[in-house]
Amino acid sequence: MTSAESGDATRFLSLAQRRILAAACARLVPADDYGPGAVEAGAVDYIEGLLGAFLVYPPRIWAGGPFSGRFGGEASFASFHRLTAVEELAWRTRIEGSKGIAERERLGPVAGLQERYTEGLAALGDDFPALPPEDQDHRLRSAGSFLDLLYQHVCEGLYGAPEYGGNRDLAGWRSIGYLGDVQPRGYPDEEVSGP
Amino acid sequence: MTAWDFHTIIVGSGPAGSTVADELTRAGRSVVIFERGHNHLIDPAHPDDLMQVFSNDELKYTERHFLGPDPWLEPRTFRQSEADGDRLHIGDVNNLPATVGGGGVHADGKLPRLREDDFRVLSELGPIAGATVADWPLTYDDLEPHYATAERLIGVAGLAGANPFAPWRSSPYPMPPGPPMYAALLTSKAAERLGYHPYPAPTGANSVPYDGRPACNNCGFCANFGCPIHAKGDPVAMLRRALLTGRAELRADAFVSRILVQDGRATGVEWIDRDGQTHQELSDDVVVAAGAMETPRLLLLSGFTNENIGRNLMFHMQTYVLGEVPFRVHGHIGRSVTHAHDDHIIVDGPARKAAQAAGLPWIKGGFVEHASPAHVIAEAKLYPWGREHRRLMRDSPMRDRLIGFCMQGEDLPQATNRVDLDPSVRDVRGVPVARTTYRVHRHEIVASEHHGAGLRSIVQETGADRIFSATSPVTGELATIIDSEASKVPISRHVAGTARMGRDPKTSVCDEWGRLWEAPNVLVADSSLFPTISGYGPTLTLVALAIRNVRAFLGRQGEVKA
Repeated sequence: MTSAESGDATRFLSLAQRRILAAACARLVPADDYGPGAVEAGAVDYIEGLLGAFLVYPPRIWAGGPFSGRFGGEASFASFHRLTAVEELAWRTRIEGSKGIAERERLGPVAGLQERYTEGLAALGDDFPALPPEDQDHRLRSAGSFLDLLYQHVCEGLYGAPEYGGNRDLAGWRSIGYLGDVQPRGYPDEEVSGP
Repeated sequence: MTAWDFHTIIVGSGPAGSTVADELTRAGRSVVIFERGHNHLIDPAHPDDLMQVFSNDELKYTERHFLGPDPWLEPRTFRQSEADGDRLHIGDVNNLPATVGGGGVHADGKLPRLREDDFRVLSELGPIAGATVADWPLTYDDLEPHYATAERLIGVAGLAGANPFAPWRSSPYPMPPGPPMYAALLTSKAAERLGYHPYPAPTGANSVPYDGRPACNNCGFCANFGCPIHAKGDPVAMLRRALLTGRAELRADAFVSRILVQDGRATGVEWIDRDGQTHQELSDDVVVAAGAMETPRLLLLSGFTNENIGRNLMFHMQTYVLGEVPFRVHGHIGRSVTHAHDDHIIVDGPARKAAQAAGLPWIKGGFVEHASPAHVIAEAKLYPWGREHRRLMRDSPMRDRLIGFCMQGEDLPQATNRVDLDPSVRDVRGVPVARTTYRVHRHEIVASEHHGAGLRSIVQETGADRIFSATSPVTGELATIIDSEASKVPISRHVAGTARMGRDPKTSVCDEWGRLWEAPNVLVADSSLFPTISGYGPTLTLVALAIRNVRAFLGRQGEVKA
């Protein structure tokens, strides 16, 4: 069972919303004969991780360092950084929106990612997952700035470090022959200069 | 009993502030270094054990501003001219890191010197209408010993004699160049065939173990990332030396909001801690090393009134010429950039002809970096969505099969290009933010077009089948297609000129030794001082200049001139 079907309490979207999101992600980057698409590579989980960043502590904003453990060293990416009070203010404003709270509206009202996803998925419609692919694409093309936002996040979910919830089993990186973070091993000099 | 705890307050922990701390503490003075951002670099209690926080993580650094400043918490504003009203854009304007180590942390460490001519552009080349071109109040020869010191301190890898346009040097580079990147070998060979003079770029990343830090292991996360293994020496080396004396305190998460001034002398600073509480710190003197955006902001917040503060802001006009090749070049393996050429900095016959055809007396280009893109999220976002996405990511025409150049074109100083205080936008602490008013001079556009054509011929020579160019700020035809407000903001992280040094307080902010005309116990110690920016990255020069000026500040001018 994928997490898109699971109904996990640390996730922001409802089951119905997740189905729409997964169907949209599948159109943005579909799987092909050579590798997984956005859904198989965990882009939905990445987006849920961002929308629900503050449902866990420390919030899923900045992964730890210096090493993931994939190429040696002690694995530390999974220990996310704590945020200071003002950093939390910035990221809650981005994710939850300003909601009329004065300190979040210093530069004017902010539509949060949660609100943009809620509205964007609603506009795609409850029937979106059941539509034929060409109709799904038509609705996506009509989605305006939500399409841009969603595509940015799909790219991040496919090719970001897996500790953020996407790039499941390194599927995004593997499918393009990219190793990702390689510290502390690095690359040998021959690989720098050779073809 | 003294009224203060430290002789000197230093504002900013980047390459300039760290260098000043090193010089002052070695001269026996006590310093406190204020840094508005976090400390992820060096544990003051154990300066020999560098902190292990930085990571190879594109999301964290490129998308989520881990090194700060968060453009919502600490925005800057931008407009091209007063005709735009109060501002066009709020957010990211030249967001150099706000973190201990400053711009040195995120840089990929290309550390060239300026050429002799760069210190006397007005005398050598003459004035240009609409620009405030000026000579520096010092020569290359004055600065050469300090360049040598700076290269040894940071640890610069390079090859003396490899660049025929390089200024004279008194000593070899402290380290040999690191391994050349494959793409740079291809573009270098093509450039040589056409008569250009590529050479291994002087780089502040260790090619061999140096100063107790390891050699770079080619991880590919250089520009925009902190180094997980501290193979980059800038400004770790200087900061560590300062802390090891026991006479330096590093105060992170501490924002200096005002220099306190009494009867034409600074008496200390007002600063705001991470909880928003305001404090005072007193001292004998104050060094401002906050960078060419934040330094003029602080001077203006402090009530200094010299009309030149914030003016003559310069960036680099970046010209990109890139070509798609039918094989992979793996720009993600190596230290971002390993080769450069300086031919476009020279005002030769063809450059003069191109200038004259455009009604200008001369044009200068800049340092050309031989570069290939490295990062995959940035690449993915360039491709369209749909079935093509996976195929394009595998074929990688915009990353793994892309070679070419970025020219850091010299930007002429203009009095109307400036930093001032935004009339209403405040940062999260409630302090007015820096507003930039900036548009390129025609010189930069003409130079970009002329030298861009030369770069295009080199890319053609490599056998690339699709070639394209772009500039930042966006100009020409592209500006009519891409007309977003953000595209008008230069993406260059190189800035200078906003507290110009000179011999006349009517035309400069600081005297020829970097001291503020309005309060001579305030030393400005960053690229704000530069009368002209040249076509080279400013870091090594601002470090060398800080060494020269702080030694003079200590009353050791004799030593400086000797």
